[in-house]
Amino acid sequence: MALIRQTSPHTRGAETTSRVMQLVMLAALPGLLVTTAMFGWGTFINLIWISLIAVGSEALVARLRKRPVAFYLRDYSALVTAVLLALALPPLAPWWLTLIGTAFAIIVAKHLYGGLGQNPFNPAMVGYVLLLISFPADMVNWLPAAGTPGYETLSFGQSLQAIFPFLGGNLDYDAITMATALDVVRENSSLTWSELQATNAALGGTFAGKGWEWVNIAYLAGGLFLLYRKVFTWHAPVGMLGALIVMSLVFKNGSGSDTHGTVLFHLLSGATMLGAFFIVTDPVSGATSNRGRLIFGAGVGILVYVIRAWGGYPDAVAFAVLLMNMAAPTIDYYTQPRTYGHKKPRKGLAKPEDR
Amino acid sequence: MSRQIHAFPGGVHPPENKDQSSHNPIALPPLPAELTLPLNQHSGAPAKPVVSVGDKVLKGQLLAKANGFVSAPVHAPTSGTITAIEVCPVPHPSGLEEPCIILQSDGEDRWAELEPVTDYTAAAKDLLLQKIHDAGVVGLGGAGFPAAVKMASRTEDKIHTVVVNGAECEPYITADDRLMRERADKIVGGILILRHLLNPKEIIIGIEDNKPEAVDAMRAACKGKNIEVAVVPTRYPSGDAQRLIYLLTGKEVPNDARSVDIGILCYNVGTLAAVHDAIVEGKPLISRITTLTGEALKQPQNVEALIGTPADHLLEFSGLKKRKLHSLVLGGPMMGHTLERTDMPVLKTTNCLIAATWEEFPPAPTPQECIRCGLCSEACPVSLLPQQLYWHSKAENHDQLNHHNLFDCIECGACAYVCPSAIPLVQYYRASKGEIRQLQAKQQKAEYSKKRFEDRQARLEAEKAAREAKRKANAERAAQLKKEKAAAAANPAAAKPEDSAKADEVKAALARATARKATEGKAGRPQLSAKQKELKIQLSMVKAQLKKSERALADAKGSEETNAQLQTNIDKLKAQVATLEKEFEQAAQAPVAAAPEQPAKKAKPVLNEQQKKLKIESAMARAAVKKAQRALDEAGKSAANIDELKQTLQQAQTKADELEAAMKAAADAPAPEPAADKPVKKPKPALSDAQKKLKIEAAMARAAVKKAQRALDEAGDTPELKQALQQAQEKAAEVEAAMQAAAEAPEPAPAEEKPARKAKPVLSDAQKKLKIEAAMARAAVKKAQRALDEAGDDPELKQALQQAQAKAAELEAAMQAAAEAPAPEPEPTPAPAAEKPARKAKPVLSDEQKKLKIEAAMARAAVKKAQRALDDAGEDAANIDELKQTLQQAQAAADAAAEALDKASA
Repeated sequence: MALIRQTSPHTRGAETTSRVMQLVMLAALPGLLVTTAMFGWGTFINLIWISLIAVGSEALVARLRKRPVAFYLRDYSALVTAVLLALALPPLAPWWLTLIGTAFAIIVAKHLYGGLGQNPFNPAMVGYVLLLISFPADMVNWLPAAGTPGYETLSFGQSLQAIFPFLGGNLDYDAITMATALDVVRENSSLTWSELQATNAALGGTFAGKGWEWVNIAYLAGGLFLLYRKVFTWHAPVGMLGALIVMSLVFKNGSGSDTHGTVLFHLLSGATMLGAFFIVTDPVSGATSNRGRLIFGAGVGILVYVIRAWGGYPDAVAFAVLLMNMAAPTIDYYTQPRTYGHKKPRKGLAKPEDR
Repeated sequence: MSRQIHAFPGGVHPPENKDQSSHNPIALPPLPAELTLPLNQHSGAPAKPVVSVGDKVLKGQLLAKANGFVSAPVHAPTSGTITAIEVCPVPHPSGLEEPCIILQSDGEDRWAELEPVTDYTAAAKDLLLQKIHDAGVVGLGGAGFPAAVKMASRTEDKIHTVVVNGAECEPYITADDRLMRERADKIVGGILILRHLLNPKEIIIGIEDNKPEAVDAMRAACKGKNIEVAVVPTRYPSGDAQRLIYLLTGKEVPNDARSVDIGILCYNVGTLAAVHDAIVEGKPLISRITTLTGEALKQPQNVEALIGTPADHLLEFSGLKKRKLHSLVLGGPMMGHTLERTDMPVLKTTNCLIAATWEEFPPAPTPQECIRCGLCSEACPVSLLPQQLYWHSKAENHDQLNHHNLFDCIECGACAYVCPSAIPLVQYYRASKGEIRQLQAKQQKAEYSKKRFEDRQARLEAEKAAREAKRKANAERAAQLKKEKAAAAANPAAAKPEDSAKADEVKAALARATARKATEGKAGRPQLSAKQKELKIQLSMVKAQLKKSERALADAKGSEETNAQLQTNIDKLKAQVATLEKEFEQAAQAPVAAAPEQPAKKAKPVLNEQQKKLKIESAMARAAVKKAQRALDEAGKSAANIDELKQTLQQAQTKADELEAAMKAAADAPAPEPAADKPVKKPKPALSDAQKKLKIEAAMARAAVKKAQRALDEAGDTPELKQALQQAQEKAAEVEAAMQAAAEAPEPAPAEEKPARKAKPVLSDAQKKLKIEAAMARAAVKKAQRALDEAGDDPELKQALQQAQAKAAELEAAMQAAAEAPAPEPEPTPAPAAEKPARKAKPVLSDEQKKLKIEAAMARAAVKKAQRALDDAGEDAANIDELKQTLQQAQAAADAAAEALDKASA
């Protein structure tokens, strides 16, 4: 009889890469639902559209690279990138904008670097930053949250028409969009924190910005689910949120007109929780050891606050993540764990005395 | 029991699958018809068979003894006949075959006489250790390290803790579980023997919490014996010795040490039961508990299998469902390896056989890309970064692999188990480890070779230097002696050229020449001293050779033949010394009588001259003999060469003898010559001049012979060199023949009239020398050409060749110039012919030139030698630079000499 020859171990765990990706998408569902509830169908429509582009781009590149297309699509990594991009982009981002961003993320940021596992930068964030720099006007079309006085939530049809203008409809963007809470705080130079909260609808939430606080809480819930399922370790999210808390405590600058906002405001505004649980936890472009991930997350947290408080953009997760992506290999060099039987961990580049 | 358990990082908890086999008691399968006993079932050197095919052996009888310190013997698991000792497939991941003893069972299962130790507490510890070693007890947990070696590796007071490994963390395996349940007393017995031997402070048995029955059984057996049974959480790989030590003691074994270095020894429960059997029952290790499990078996269970039982025999016993068998794993599912055939024997280290179905161990899926999720580093029990190791392993970045502590990987498979991308990580690490080890071995080998080469080079260098120093010292001594003699004999004016001489040989030659002149020019006393001198020189030479031979004899530790020959030589030389001493005495008395007579005085030099020449020749022949002897001596053990060299030596000796005889004859018959009148006396020098040249040529040819011989000696057995040697020998013979012819036909010369006669020899002398030089240069060119041909395309050699060619051309030009130049020389000669002092001045000048020429020739010879050495060295790159330097130096010397010669002739 022909017995097979196989290398050990002969048994393996149930976890697969596809399953990890599916879990990530599942965990993003609460965030998507809350976003849709708060800002209308735009994000949902975008998600479908971006997923099509992402899968199409992935398949195209796999074909061009003469790789098995189905095998590549089955790891769901392209879909995860699509979900993250859809959640990060403004709900009414026009179709061509998302097309450019997504195609760039998959083709350039991911596959030109070698595909899954090889990309030094988070593809979704590369796509996002490309759009933010190239089309700044279209990237600030954020909608007011549901229940904001004077604004109505857009219907599915309106959202569809906003995204695909050739379908008809004639939306006046100025009438339906509104500055986000982060924008308001950044631009403010005359009002105290309480005055801002009283006068500005965007800041009319329970803990932070109206609507955004619930979106962030939904991401937090999804993130905690992933932590529970051991899809990633606590190090990177804790690093980022911890650093953000420390920064916003230290540099709060009182509650007068110079204030940078409260701790809760920063934790629950913009892309903080999306970043903490879905972006900085990207294993491919992040640091790899636990200590490294803590440092990586903290770096992102610090940069997010620095850019929010003193930089040129209202939110900063994408920039912070890309900057720390660049630092990740170096962090890896200096955060090797101490191996059993060794007095201290190895650091830096390989040295001749290593063995 | 409240021992603190120190959790190790990482680890996994795969499905245990132990229930299938753990509920059935240990069964005894029927005796197999044939047993295959590999000689290497342990770590260390394979055992050496002590039985031969056809031997009838009893159960427990020694079949193969331990080979060295880290090794273990192999015993007969049952009685029967040895049918073969041959290479067979053995269960090893490599799939390689190894030598095995095949034992045909006779079915009687008859024990050999056993020698149990009735009271081990009274027995000597060394004896107990020896007994354990002789019983072939090795670590039954997996590594198979000889148990006694481990025990003896440190003195007893150095081990403070013994950890007994009953963790059995691998899924499926229940062999230790059943052993602890059923034979706890044996294990405890082994532990007590160990305690007696090592006297540790603490003995802890570590058992995973998924084996409560085993824990209970062990606790019951250990009651009141001060042995602790500790329960550790079920977490793979807690059964790894270092993991268990950490779990129980919190101590880490440093990466460059073993557990004994921190005072801890770890033994598997099975090993201790075997120790008990070896001492208390006197039984060698011939069976072990093996788990038979897997879904392709009807009845998974544990069996006490005889070592060497074929796996299929056991699987059959457990009801193998052949159709369902998809893979057969030896060991556990995490670290075990597959077997490609079912007839592999059970070894001392075989703790489990899993007959798995396709569903049970499906083929590994196609690996996806690593997403650096880090699950592997979470699972790694030694805190490595498997994802980084994988990355660097793929890139074959060995520096980074070492930097990431690849060699601390225990290959437990936890990383590969958790990898969501199904990457066979352990396989990558194994491959990389293999690569690195291979590279290291290669590097070590290269370094070793380099060191050997350098040592050899240094040795050769030192030998050469020693030889050179000896040669120089001898030459100096001889020159000094001669100089003293000459100084005593000659007037200061005549002795003057001595100061300008550089090379020792030149000095010697010069001294001789001066002495000769002095004898020619002076009357009375010098005559006497000349003859005496020569005899003395001869005497000293012979004595030197005698010494050398004696030394050679002392040095030679080689064949007795050589020694005998050397002894004969020494005897001969001694005889020679005696004769020469006698002659010297006679000569010292004889000249006194000749002194008063003027004709006699004039005749004397003539006589001396011929004798001298013969003597020089004989001295040269003897030198050749010496050299050959030395070569023979050096060749020593290189037997291939020795016959040839011996032959050469004999030839040289024959020649020396002949020449000596000729010298004697000449010495005996000088009487007729002095009778001749003046004209006769005068032609003589001319004749001697020609002879001299011939002799120089002869000497050179012989030197070439010698050189070739030496080269041959050094090079070993090169056909080309042999040819060169033959050529050189032929040339030497030719030249000698020519010399003899010249010596016999001197008559025509005197017929010429005086001026012409005098001018002629001088002219021809210079020309001839130039011709010799030219010939030599051409030879050098040829040699260089040949070397170049052999060496391929070496630009430096080409340059050397060009230089040599240039030199040859120069010399030829010089020769032509000389052929034209001497014409004016005869003109001044007639005038000074009348004046004696002027006539005398001439030879002095030519003498100086001669010396310079000899120097130049020597320098060129050195060049040639260097060239040849370079040639010989061939591709030996390390040497080549040195040789090239030598060559350049030699060439520089040659150039300097040539320049000096040019100046002198100008």
